[in-house]
Amino acid sequence: MSVEFEEKIHNTLADSNLQLAIYTATGRLKDKRTETVASDELPEYQELRTQANALKKHTIENLDYYLEEFERNVEAHGGKVVYAKDGTEVADFVLKLAKERGARLIVKSKSMTTEEVDLNERLEHNGLESVETDLGEYIIQLAHERPYHIVAPALHMTRYQVADLFTKRLNVPRETVIEKQTAIARSVLRQKFLAADIGISGANFLVAGSGAVVLVENEGNIRLTTSAPKIHIAVAGIEKMIPRAQDLAVFLKLLGRSGTGQLLTVYTSFLSSARRSGEVDGPDEFYVVLLDNGRTRLLPDRGKRQSLYCIRCGACLNTCPVYRKIGGHSFPWVYSGPIGAIITPQFMGISHEPKLPFASSLCGACSEVCPVKIDIPKVLLELRSDVKKAEVRDHRNRLEKLAFRAFAWLMTHPRLYEMAGRLAAAAAPGSSGWIRGVPAPMNIGPLRAWLSQRDLPPAPTRSFREMWRRR
Amino acid sequence: MSRDNILHRVRTALGRSAGQVVADPPPVRIRIPVVDIEQRISTMFARIEALAGATHRAATPADARAFVAAAIEGQSAVASNAPFLAECGIATLPGVRSGVTDREELRALCATADVGITSADYVLADTGSLVMIASPREARLVSLLPPAHIAVVPRDRILTGLDELFTILPNPAEVTSSMVLITGPSRTADIEQILVRGVHGPGRITVVVVG
Repeated sequence: MSVEFEEKIHNTLADSNLQLAIYTATGRLKDKRTETVASDELPEYQELRTQANALKKHTIENLDYYLEEFERNVEAHGGKVVYAKDGTEVADFVLKLAKERGARLIVKSKSMTTEEVDLNERLEHNGLESVETDLGEYIIQLAHERPYHIVAPALHMTRYQVADLFTKRLNVPRETVIEKQTAIARSVLRQKFLAADIGISGANFLVAGSGAVVLVENEGNIRLTTSAPKIHIAVAGIEKMIPRAQDLAVFLKLLGRSGTGQLLTVYTSFLSSARRSGEVDGPDEFYVVLLDNGRTRLLPDRGKRQSLYCIRCGACLNTCPVYRKIGGHSFPWVYSGPIGAIITPQFMGISHEPKLPFASSLCGACSEVCPVKIDIPKVLLELRSDVKKAEVRDHRNRLEKLAFRAFAWLMTHPRLYEMAGRLAAAAAPGSSGWIRGVPAPMNIGPLRAWLSQRDLPPAPTRSFREMWRRR
Repeated sequence: MSRDNILHRVRTALGRSAGQVVADPPPVRIRIPVVDIEQRISTMFARIEALAGATHRAATPADARAFVAAAIEGQSAVASNAPFLAECGIATLPGVRSGVTDREELRALCATADVGITSADYVLADTGSLVMIASPREARLVSLLPPAHIAVVPRDRILTGLDELFTILPNPAEVTSSMVLITGPSRTADIEQILVRGVHGPGRITVVVVG
């Protein structure tokens, strides 16, 4: 376990206020979910999960087809689709567009995908102002932190910490009443919305058959981000695809309930283009950036590709006994909880934090609540196996490197080399040499494995150097 | 170019070739229950009230006009260009600005108005959601920038739920750039899980059903 990972876990466990905050918040979300999916509330819940799983499986297995269909439909309505292999390409696209349009201020709505590629930092580094507008995201942006939870980014902060932060960063009198803190954020951000040149959103779903981006939220900041500025850019992972608008009848019923125990979130936006002829408001330009950033790396594996079905509801975090103790910031990347434990090693490579797939009791609570039925414990087991295989490979490599370093050293020291040659000749099986009873190299532990695929010629009784001297 | 690279990587990973056809996606089971209009209205009202929204049943367009007039008394309001609002005489109420077709002008109005008045293309009974389809008749910001939102809807636009909506409108992209479902007032619980209404969108919402 990396020292950092271990240290963060211990710090979280030792902080009793934080323990209470995590436990209460996740507990509340968990209970609300349970109420809204109960069989008297939603008798078809299990059937919806099965359908959602089948739809995601079908889409992922034919992803290239749906990506192209999506692209055609976006372009048919005058929008543009841009593919990006990583964060640099996303930032380059936004920076180029901002430069062409003379844009300086960007409003952003919450998006795990842009967190993944540190988009704000990249844009600000290049002189743009990029402001998060979801209340929780705004708070953690001011605090320079990462989201603590997929749906509740500032879950770990108290009103008093928010008060200190606002006083320090916004130059406002200290305010500890949550309603008033919210009003402060509303008025600061309202000015940003009205002045912004570009709005950047994520996407909950991409509808291939419509060329549409679907976004869910409670605050209204996504609607403002996508409606007020003249340019809207949606940044989405390629796996967000679903085939048809009608499939939303399945996914929307699951997402709100699983995430926050709502039948539907307050706002659900279905956006397919810039404003059309006669529409009074809305953006003039509409772009969708489709991000890979490691996703195609996990497509080949039939067992593990289900990790891409995730709709980021956060239900697995709220129910996970490990997340509920170690919290979101112990995890090594932006995605935390059970889903973070399976996608982080696959997006970033297992060496990023090899102990991550082991930080689970495999109790299975996560897959029981997963609205798209991802078998998270099974994927964790497969990742554990990958980690172990890599460790074995790594161990062998280390021995091999050591052996070659010793050999190189010997080669550069002629006297020692000659001596070693004589020893080898003396020990060679069947020779009349003076060393007896030494096991042949192909019978020595690690050498045996190495030599099983390689030939080692027997040492001659007289070396070339010896023959040269006696010539 | 990343587009071709990514598509190539996807195809290689999945063992597919360019242009290869795809079987139909698994069917989605759509349920449209038979629910009479009175039941739909009472379910919808109960849902909206549970979310701290207000509701009102107006027998006639004139009743709706009187209700809205009382609700916005002494406040500034902006109304969308929905024909139904004109039919009810709401667009011409004193203190109401309507008929705006310029983006900047509308934006400035919405940013300062106390109340935004719209109709809705549909209402979903089982979730209490307004379905707002952007068009020359309904702009996006009227239901978004003012701190209060009043929606006035004829009763024949009340659908049972999402399944019926996507049956009537299998591809919303064909008719609009933006379809938004509004389910209750804007809210957040981002600080200590304490519920606060009206964070960015309207904190008060009133749905008036006419007929």
